[in-house]
Amino acid sequence: MKFTIGWLKEHLDTKIQDNSLIEKLTDIGLEVESFENSNFDLDNFKVAKIINVEQHPNADRLRVCDVDIGQENNVKVVCGAPNAKKDLLTVYAGPESIIPKNNMKLKISKIRGVTSYGMLCSESELNLSDESEGITELKTTKYSDKIGENFFKNKSEKVVDLSITPNRPDCLGVRGIARDLAAAGAGKLKNISNKNIKKDGSQIIKVSITKEKNQGCTIFGSCLITDVENKESPKWLKEKIISLGQKPISAIVDITNYVMLDLNRPLHAYDADKIDKEIIVRNSKKGETFEALDNKEYKLGDDMCVISDKSGVLGLGGVIGGMRSGTGINTKNILLESAYFIPRSIRKTSKLLNIDTDAKFRFERGIDPGSIELGLSKAAQLISEICGGKISNFDIQKTDKYEKNKIKFSVSLFEKITGFKVDDNEIVKILTDLGFDVSKKKLELDLKIPTWRPDITQPIDIVEEIVRIKGYNNIKTLEPEKSKIKDTLNKQQKLFHFLQRSVASKGYFETVTWSFTDSKINNFFKENLKEIKIINPISSDLDVLRNSIFTNLTFYLKKNLDRGFKDISLFEIGPIFKDSKPGEQLTVIGAIKSGKVSRLNWNEKERPVDVFDVKKDAIQTLVEAGYDRKSLFIRDKSPSYYHPGKAGSVYLDKDDIEPVAYFGDIHPNIVKKLDIKTEGLVGFEIYLDYLKENKIKLKDQKPNFEYSDYQKSERDFAFIVDKNFKAQDLIEIISSIDQNLIRSIKIFDIYEGENIPDNKKSIAINVIIQSSEKTLEETDLEKINKLIISTVETRSGAKIRS
Amino acid sequence: MSDIKKIKDDYLNRLNNDLNIESVNQIKTELFGKNGKISNSFKSLGSLPSDERKKFASDLNSIKDEIQNKIDSKLQEIETKEINSKLENEKIDVTLPEREFSRGKIHPVSQVIDEISSIFSEIGFSVEEGPDIENEHYNFTALNTPDNHPARDMHDTFYLDNNKELLLRTHTSPVQVRTMLNGKPPFKIIAPGRTYRSDSDQTHSPMFHQVEGLHIDKDINMGHLKGCLNYFIKSFFEVDKIKMRFRPSHFPFTEPSAEVDIGYEIKNGKIIIGEGDKWLEILGCGMVHPNVLKNVKVNPDKYQGYAFGIGIDRLGMLKYGINDLRAFFETDYRWLNHFGFDPLDVPSNYRGLSR
Repeated sequence: MKFTIGWLKEHLDTKIQDNSLIEKLTDIGLEVESFENSNFDLDNFKVAKIINVEQHPNADRLRVCDVDIGQENNVKVVCGAPNAKKDLLTVYAGPESIIPKNNMKLKISKIRGVTSYGMLCSESELNLSDESEGITELKTTKYSDKIGENFFKNKSEKVVDLSITPNRPDCLGVRGIARDLAAAGAGKLKNISNKNIKKDGSQIIKVSITKEKNQGCTIFGSCLITDVENKESPKWLKEKIISLGQKPISAIVDITNYVMLDLNRPLHAYDADKIDKEIIVRNSKKGETFEALDNKEYKLGDDMCVISDKSGVLGLGGVIGGMRSGTGINTKNILLESAYFIPRSIRKTSKLLNIDTDAKFRFERGIDPGSIELGLSKAAQLISEICGGKISNFDIQKTDKYEKNKIKFSVSLFEKITGFKVDDNEIVKILTDLGFDVSKKKLELDLKIPTWRPDITQPIDIVEEIVRIKGYNNIKTLEPEKSKIKDTLNKQQKLFHFLQRSVASKGYFETVTWSFTDSKINNFFKENLKEIKIINPISSDLDVLRNSIFTNLTFYLKKNLDRGFKDISLFEIGPIFKDSKPGEQLTVIGAIKSGKVSRLNWNEKERPVDVFDVKKDAIQTLVEAGYDRKSLFIRDKSPSYYHPGKAGSVYLDKDDIEPVAYFGDIHPNIVKKLDIKTEGLVGFEIYLDYLKENKIKLKDQKPNFEYSDYQKSERDFAFIVDKNFKAQDLIEIISSIDQNLIRSIKIFDIYEGENIPDNKKSIAINVIIQSSEKTLEETDLEKINKLIISTVETRSGAKIRS
Repeated sequence: MSDIKKIKDDYLNRLNNDLNIESVNQIKTELFGKNGKISNSFKSLGSLPSDERKKFASDLNSIKDEIQNKIDSKLQEIETKEINSKLENEKIDVTLPEREFSRGKIHPVSQVIDEISSIFSEIGFSVEEGPDIENEHYNFTALNTPDNHPARDMHDTFYLDNNKELLLRTHTSPVQVRTMLNGKPPFKIIAPGRTYRSDSDQTHSPMFHQVEGLHIDKDINMGHLKGCLNYFIKSFFEVDKIKMRFRPSHFPFTEPSAEVDIGYEIKNGKIIIGEGDKWLEILGCGMVHPNVLKNVKVNPDKYQGYAFGIGIDRLGMLKYGINDLRAFFETDYRWLNHFGFDPLDVPSNYRGLSR
C-alpha cells in the first residue's frame, strides 16, 4: 500500500513530523516497508531548450543536441527523436533520473562514441500520454521564461510503502490509515467533506441480483452519469497516480482508481451505451466466456459471480471488468458500480481462473459494505467536476442488511492477556477513535464493530486493538522461569544428536540437502519404496521426495568431484519418505566416501576406499552409541544400489528381522550412469528408527569389575575352508567353545592360491586363552587346542592346515 | 699387601682409559678368572698366619669391591656411549608431515539447532518434532487459517496430491497442534525442523528451517513472551545487551500477534547485533489464538499462552556472518569446511554455546 504524506494529510489533521508519523505507523502494526522519495523523483525533470542540433558522427538517425537547462553551461544530449530541432522547448531528464514509464535509471553514457548527459523525454516516457514518436514539445508562450525550472509543478513528495497484513483491508485505503494514526494520538481524523452533490433523475438501467445458491454479490449500488466528456486527468490527479508508480489512463479510470486508493472502495465504470438493456448479477454457467480488460478471454465455470446484461457476461464481479462495456475516451454515458462481493466467492473465482487484480485483492480481504454510497458520491462528484455530466439518483440493490456485529468485552481480559493495565476510560477512547460504538457497563463494554473491520469477531481481537494502539512497549519483560515439565530430549532425539556427531568425528562433512530431489537419480536408490511426486515442484529436476539420502549425496558428491576434490567424505542425517502420508518417513544417516586413502602420502601406501572403511565407520558408530560389538551380526544381503558382492547389512542381533545399517561399494552401474569418476565409491546407512533402545543405559550401575591376572596364552591356527565360508561363522564357532577361557579371537590372514585347492581359502586366526581361576598347564592348553580344532572341523567342514 | 695395592692401582688406572667391551672383559678375566690375580689372592688366604689373615681378607675384599664397581660403571659408560652413537645415526627429519588425519564437520544448521535447544533447555522447554509431510488440516485449518483465508497465499505451498490435502509443511506450527492434541496442558516446547515453501531466489530457499516455541499454562501472558524471547536472543548472540522491538503484526494462529526486530549496525562490512539504530526483523510470535486452542481441545477460558516461530538458517547467518542462504544446501565441500563446526564443539550451557 503506497501513499504520499500529503495525501495522508487530506484525512489527518496533524502537526507531527514525517519521521514520527512513520515510526507511529510501525508501532501500531502498519509495517513501513520504505519511506523515500518517489521512485520518480520529479525534481529531476527540467524545462529545457535545444540551442543547437548537430548530426551524430557515427549514426544516421541520431543527433547531438546542445541543451540549455538553465545552468551556466549547456549540456550535450544524444537524441534520436525526429522532432528535435533548434529552439525547441522540451523536458530534460538529468543523470540519475528514473524514467516513469519503464523505471530505467539514467546514467551518463556514450552512445556510439558520443557522451550523452541525460535525456530528452517523450510524453510517453513521462507517462503523460501514449505519444512516443518524438520528444515533448512545450508551448513557447507558457514555458519560454521557465527554462531550468522543474517541469512537474508539485514538489516531489515522499512516498510511504506499507506492508498491510491480510486482516486489515481497511488500511488498503489512505483514510483507514489516517483513522488508525488518529486513534494512536498522531492527529485528528478529518470529517469527509460531504458536499451535497446534485442528483437528477433516476437510474434508468434496471439492476437485479439473482437469488440463488452461492450468489457472490449481496449489494450492488449504481448511478448513471450522462453526457460526460472523458479526457486526460487534470495534473493534480495525474501526479497523484504517477507518484504511486501507476499510469494515468483517462479521467474516469483515474478517478475510480483514486477513490479506491483513498477509501479502499473499488468501483467499476461501464460505458452505459454498451449495456444491453439491464444489469443482472448472477452465477455463471459452465462454458460461458467473456473477454476481460486484460485482453484475455476467460472460460467460466459454474457459480462464478458475473455482472451480465441481456447479451451475456459483462464482467467478473469484484475481479475484473470486460472489454465489451469498457469506457474509452469517447464514452458519453457511464454507469458507475459500487458493490459488495463475498470474499470467499472472490477468492474461489480468482483462484480457478488465476486472475490477480487490485480489486480482487481488496474484495478478497473484505470491503466495507457501508461504503457503497460514499464511494459513489465521491467518484460521481469528481467525474462531474472534471468531465461534466448529469448524475442520476443512486440505485442500491441489497440482499443482506449488514448490521454491525456486537461483542461483549470484559475489560479484565486485557490485563490477563497482556500483563499490564490500561485505564477503562482510555480503553473506551481508543475503541471509539477506531470507530467502535462503545457503551460501558460495570466491568464490561458493549461494542458494535465498525463495518470496515471484518477481522474483528471476538474479545481477543479487542485486546489486540487496544494493545497495539497503546503500544507494545508497555508490555513488561518478565524473567523466564526455569521449571521443567519434562526432559529436553527424548531417547530418540539423544540418539540423533549422538550419532550425528559420532559420524562427523570420523572425518565426514555433514551436509543438509533438500528433502526433494530428481526422480531420475532417486530411481537408482528407491528400491521398493513408493515414488512421491510433488504436484507443483519448483523445477522438473526436483520433482519427488527422496526415498534415500544417497540420491542427493551422490549428486553433490559428483559436483564436488567436478570442483577438483578427489577424496570426499559426506554425510547427512535426515528424513527419507516411504509414502505421502504424515509420519510415513524414516530418519536415516547416509554417508558416502570417494577416492583414496592416504593419497600421495610419503610414508603410507595409498589405496582406493573400500567396503571395510565404511564397515568400520558404521560399526564403530554403533558401538560408540552403546551397542555391543559381539551382538552385532553381519549378513551379505544389501539393497540393489550396492555392489552385490561387496556390501552387507548389520543387525543388532542375529535373530533380528530388520537391519539397522547397510554398508558397501555403490553399485558400479550407478556410478557409471551418474558419470561419477573416482577410484572408489563406498557408503553406509544407519536407520535410526530401527535402533532399539539399549538395555543397559549409561545412568545404570556398571557391572562388577572382573579381571584375571593369570597368564595369557596365545595360539595360532590356520583352517582351510570353502571359499564362500564366512569368517563371522568361524569366530562364532570358536567363541562359543568356552567363553570363560577364550578371551579374544583375531583373524590375521586370509590366503588363497598356491598350496590351497581352487575352491578353498585359508583363514589364519590368533586365539588368546586365559583362565580367571588359575595358570593354565600345558595339558589344559593342549586340551582346549584340540577342542578348538575338532569343533571347527565338525561344525564348519574346515580342515586344520598342517 | 703391597701386591694387592699395586694390582688395584694398576687396574684402576687401566680402567680409566678409553676401553671397549672386549678390553674390559679381558681385565675381568685377568682379575677374577680362574687364575685371576684377585682370585689367586683369595686362594692364598689359607696360607697366611691367622693374625694377618683377617686384615688381609678385609683389604682384599674392599679392593675387590672397588675394582668390581669400577668395572660395572665402565661397562655402563661404554653401553651408554654405544646407544648414543647408535641413536645419533637414527636421526630422522621430524618436519616431515605427520600421518594423515581427517577432520569431520557439523553443518551450521545442526550446530545452531543444538545451540537453540541448549538455551531453551535452560528455561524448561523440551524438544518436540513432527512430520515433514502434513495434511492441510494440521498445517492450516487447525491453525485458524481456513481455506478461503488470504493468509494462505503468503505460504507458497508444495502439494503432494491434486486435492491439496497433503503437503510439505510450510512452517513448524503444526507441531503445536500435534503436541497439544496428544497431551494435556501445561505445554512448554520448542520444535525445530525442516519447512518448505515453493519460493526460490537469492534470498529464499524452497527448504529452510524453523523453530517453533509454545508455552501454554494458566496465566502465561505477553510479558512472559517478551521475557522468554529477550532471554533467548541475548543468550543466542552471546551479548549482554540486546535492543529489541515488538511490533504488532498478524498471524492467523496468534492474537495479539507481534513481529520482533533486533537492533544492529554495520561495522567494517559485518553485521553487529545488539547495537546501532537499524532494525532487523527476526521472528514472529503472539498469544495463541483461542480458536487454535479450541481446535486442539484445550479450554481457552482456562489456559492461555504464547507461541513463536524463528528462522534457524537466518539466525545462523547473522551469528556466523554467512551471506548466502542458498549456499546452506548446496554441499560445496569448501563451504562446509569453512562454515562447519568441529563435532566436539557440542553447545551446552556449562561450557558455553561456542568457544
